[in-house]
Amino acid sequence: MIKDITIGQYFLGNSFLHRMDARMKIILTFALIIAIFVCKSIPSLLLMVAITVFLVAVSSVPFKMVLKSIKPIAIIVVFTGILNLFYVTGGKTLFEWSFIHITTKGIFTAVFMAVRIICLVVISSLLTYTTTPTMLTDAIERLLSPLKVFKIPVHTLAMMMTLALRFIPTLIEEIDRISNAQKARGADLDSGGLIEKVKALIPIIVPLFVSSIRRAYELADAMDCRCYVGGDGRTRMKQMKLKGSDFVSLLVTAVLIAGLILLNHYFTKVI
Amino acid sequence: MNKDILIKFNNVTFAYTSYEDEEESVNTPVLTDFSLEIPRGQFIAVLGHNGSGKSTAAKMMNALLVPQSGSVTVDGIPTSDESRIIDIRRKVGMVFQNPDNQLVATIVEDDVAFGPENLGVPPEEIRVRVDNALKAVGMYEFKDREPHKLSGGQKQRVAIAGIITMQTDCIVMDEPTAMLDPRGRKEVMDTIKMLCDELGITVVLITHYMDEAVKADRVVVMNDGKICLDGAPREVFSNVELIKSLGLDVPQATELAYRLNKAGFDIDFNVLDEEECAGAIFSLLEVK
Repeated sequence: MIKDITIGQYFLGNSFLHRMDARMKIILTFALIIAIFVCKSIPSLLLMVAITVFLVAVSSVPFKMVLKSIKPIAIIVVFTGILNLFYVTGGKTLFEWSFIHITTKGIFTAVFMAVRIICLVVISSLLTYTTTPTMLTDAIERLLSPLKVFKIPVHTLAMMMTLALRFIPTLIEEIDRISNAQKARGADLDSGGLIEKVKALIPIIVPLFVSSIRRAYELADAMDCRCYVGGDGRTRMKQMKLKGSDFVSLLVTAVLIAGLILLNHYFTKVI
Repeated sequence: MNKDILIKFNNVTFAYTSYEDEEESVNTPVLTDFSLEIPRGQFIAVLGHNGSGKSTAAKMMNALLVPQSGSVTVDGIPTSDESRIIDIRRKVGMVFQNPDNQLVATIVEDDVAFGPENLGVPPEEIRVRVDNALKAVGMYEFKDREPHKLSGGQKQRVAIAGIITMQTDCIVMDEPTAMLDPRGRKEVMDTIKMLCDELGITVVLITHYMDEAVKADRVVVMNDGKICLDGAPREVFSNVELIKSLGLDVPQATELAYRLNKAGFDIDFNVLDEEECAGAIFSLLEVK
């Protein structure tokens, strides 16, 4: 079961989102996330929703998986919705009872916040659904490379990310093995209150650390053997090239964001 | 005989003074006055029980460790020369016991590309090398997979491919089959055979398995940091008593013939594999 886990949540496919240059995808995702919070009028929010729906539709990621990414934040959506409903005042008062005031602005804010959060999560999870972890770390390394001027070790950070991703499944297997070994020795991992449970983790965490450190030494030897000396003078097998279609996506996104701003400008802002 | 010496140990002495792997503890002399010459193109198996110094010797072959006295040279370059360490590692690659601890990337082909990327090879050439190496070890169709979803033998073959792409003259393997099941072991052994026979790479195989050592051109048996036996497999495994006294086994076929011989049958126990053993027993029965 554990062997089947996929790192990150990449979903294999061949949509134009999959094919888009990862750097461009990251930049456009950020642009859209900012755009979400620009929407203040109803038409602009509707356009944002339309963009999100469109992206999901063309991503070839099954709708079920998209829903799955929303599930964990459902409670946050509901909570912020309710909070805004009761605390935001302004506009017409619709309902009043002792300390509770429900106003039109409150309702709008609640709805807007809920829709915004959902759009935000859907758009950002589309990024991870359509990009492999390797592509993501590569793209992040390249996007951050200007920071080298400020002596920030961009390559080292990207390498750390790659190794962390690489060793997640290995360490999960290790945890499984250690906890089975400790259970076989009579360790009780499942009963008791919270404090007992945390204490019961010690016999798992200590061996895990020891073995991880040993692994780290071996990995360092293996990387030395393969002539790893850091980022200087390295080449990459997979080159990232911006294609024409990437620039079209950039243009389309820019137009859409301009549209959002215009819709905001010409229609009444409801929040 | 090819006299082109690739790796040369000259009166090497080494003692561990701190933590290392569980085989060696504090302040233990591991190699004492150790000398060995490995000619180019040879497939050499190194045998020895735990703590005999074979892993230490392996780590000296590409400057992961340097001798405390004496010298190790790779193609004439002393491993103690820090400025040429990359040159040495371009010539001698290494595969370790645990396949999980030597793969660095989350995709098979990215991992195989890691070595040449470090060497600054142009991207188009890396692509060609990676594809060829993966085909050579029979893992081409797995190139887009994630390493943790492969079997042990497959992972180890990916690790070997990662060294092949660096186009080293020699690959040192430190018990590459120790953590594998019999099937994985066979896959890896077939790959190793292919390395020497088809690619002409010098292979140093450190192993516990006698049946693997039999396949080598030359077998070196180590004990307490010294070489006890050195020669062709047939020569080495004819010293059944000596090998057993070192706490090692002989190949199963040799063992069977040896016991028959001890039991009074007139059988030549200098056999290495099942076929030879069967032949020897057959001729024994025929005489009767």
